[in-house]
Amino acid sequence: MSTQLTPILTKFWDHPTSWTLETYEANGGYAGLRKALQTDQSDLVQMAKDSGLRGRGGAGFPTGLKWSFLPPPDGGPRYLVVNADEAEPGTCKDIPLLLAAPQFLIEGMIITSFAIGSNHAFIYLRGEVAHVHRRVQRAIAEAYAAGYLGQDILGTGFDLDITLHSGAGAYICGEETALLDSLEGRRGQPRLKPPFPAVAGLYARPTVVNNVESIASIAPIAANGADWFAGMGTEKSQGFGIFSLSGHVTRPGQYEAPLGITLRELLDMAGGIRAGHQLKFWTPGGSSTPIFTDQHLDVPLDFESVAAEGSMLGTRALQIFDETTSVVRAVSRWTDFYAHESCGKCTPCREGTFWLKQIMHRLEAGRGSQDDIDKLVDICDNILGRAFCALGDGATSPITSAVQYFREEFEAGMHTPASELFPPERSVLFAKETQPA
Amino acid sequence: MTADAHTDPLHRYTPLQASDEPYAEDVLAGLRADAAQIIAKYPQKRSALLPMLHLIQSVDGYVTGRGVDLCAEMLDLTRAEVSGVATFYTQYKRHPNGEYTVGVCTNTLCAIMGGDQIFDEVSEHLGIGHDETTPDGKITLERVECNAACDFAPVVMANWEFFDNQTPETTKKMVDDLRSGVPVAPTRGASRVCSFKQVSRMLAGFEDGLADEGVGAGHASLEGLRLAKEQGWTAPAADASTDGEAEETTRDAEPETGEAHSSARASGTDTPSGTDKEKDA
Repeated sequence: MSTQLTPILTKFWDHPTSWTLETYEANGGYAGLRKALQTDQSDLVQMAKDSGLRGRGGAGFPTGLKWSFLPPPDGGPRYLVVNADEAEPGTCKDIPLLLAAPQFLIEGMIITSFAIGSNHAFIYLRGEVAHVHRRVQRAIAEAYAAGYLGQDILGTGFDLDITLHSGAGAYICGEETALLDSLEGRRGQPRLKPPFPAVAGLYARPTVVNNVESIASIAPIAANGADWFAGMGTEKSQGFGIFSLSGHVTRPGQYEAPLGITLRELLDMAGGIRAGHQLKFWTPGGSSTPIFTDQHLDVPLDFESVAAEGSMLGTRALQIFDETTSVVRAVSRWTDFYAHESCGKCTPCREGTFWLKQIMHRLEAGRGSQDDIDKLVDICDNILGRAFCALGDGATSPITSAVQYFREEFEAGMHTPASELFPPERSVLFAKETQPA
Repeated sequence: MTADAHTDPLHRYTPLQASDEPYAEDVLAGLRADAAQIIAKYPQKRSALLPMLHLIQSVDGYVTGRGVDLCAEMLDLTRAEVSGVATFYTQYKRHPNGEYTVGVCTNTLCAIMGGDQIFDEVSEHLGIGHDETTPDGKITLERVECNAACDFAPVVMANWEFFDNQTPETTKKMVDDLRSGVPVAPTRGASRVCSFKQVSRMLAGFEDGLADEGVGAGHASLEGLRLAKEQGWTAPAADASTDGEAEETTRDAEPETGEAHSSARASGTDTPSGTDKEKDA
């Protein structure tokens, strides 16, 4: 096996009190901040650029470049907003990170806020994770008590407050402008861009919105240097990331590795597909990224290689399904999700997901009509690139890719229910101990 | 078509008249004081609306008309603006919620790993469907979307605490225990599931002192770390790169040791250190 895991953000998650400031400092925490506070702000932005860090929330936009888009200071407030609204189906890295080691985020936020000249930063954390709220609340309180937050941080004259903000259950708020509207106390609906948040974000002021893992990664980058980070991964997809394996694998879980690792390597580490079964299809980065099949086991999981194969690296949410799984049922349920979570602001997404859902339901029930596949593809074509935000695009990904690789299953949906072709009880993880009521 | 049509409640479980009953004076005073604390956290007060709606739920158990009135008054919004927000988000309940919200993840991955079967069996066991509450007011059953715990599928949430690797049996036992008042511990979370109102207050931003309970990480979260330790895999050391970086990243004439983790104790700071010991994880 060529690629090895690189525990950095996950390094001490097994400590009995991994979430405390004491544990964090014992593992080198806040060394990066001390260095950063002695560094020019512009050098810190350059450090982020030089590291090659690209957004870990799915889109992969270069983090340092995003910071550099802020206009020059005009004396008014500027904000850092951390997107902790992790809700993309399959994505489960930020929530365990915040549960186990929230100080990575707090340190990264202080460094980032200093770099961009912000004195008030926000964490937008989805509301449906009670214990993660407690851990982040505690982490913020500990950082204040230690002098890492508040007035005159570590005697440098830099002030920073962090406000933790609870969401209330809306996938769309993971979209950065919808998140900002929600943080302003409105319905979470995306804004028309431009202007981008860097120019007019929270309260129409210059704002950087970054994912949890991106900002958390800034802490070890500040401590160890941009070159250290850039030395990992591939030429254009540098550094490490948390890969989340779920589904029909022997040992699902979090595997922190350099970008460019393959699913074959990760599956080896995770004990392979569950015993007696074979890989059928998987998502490289959440449900919004077109599915892959067993042809793609050796695709390097970096931004470029995954894109070259027609999908997206996304959030490295590897949802694995074996041969017992009906792809029509899987896609139908994802389509329900997008229809449910569409905010309703723009017509292609609101209406399109509604109709996609009707068609997927009848295909799943074995009651599809002859032209349903064409209709699906046609509706997807009318959503992709025409919706206000990426939710609409995401809704089309599983459908068009599944039709591409498994068209015969959609054709079977014209006469046979998915539950007959693929009895659901064969896919469940608790096997035969119970039968459906 | 008659005037009567307009007097029906919006939802069959919603006693709209309860919304009209004013808050008791002490309750109202408490709400106002708490809301003032929330508002103080934001540069613009409208930002306090989402946490304030959680706060309303911590007192009323759902978003009541009187709660909407209070938010509107304190934030200088119209009732329509507040209602428009309250109805957008699934965590805000528009009719009385059970003491425990039990949400079975039925998004694709959990559904296929067994979430659909869990939901069906628990639904039959309780005799209620999605977004319905048991007659004793204890359990509100929901289908929920992905809750970011896919490596623990199938996942069930109880008042937004994680119950990992569930089966129909474990979830049925969990709801039975919740209904009979037996303390129930989530897999990853506080040592027992709090009530819907208690959790709502915590989400509004008021710490409940339970952060140190429970595990840091579940077994699946640790799979990669466990393997790395077994194999002796670690992240590359920083030394090679930091020497060259030192002058670039350090403006002041602070001595660089070249050792990333031990360097850079900024001078003249009031660090609470006492944790100088380097520790090999």
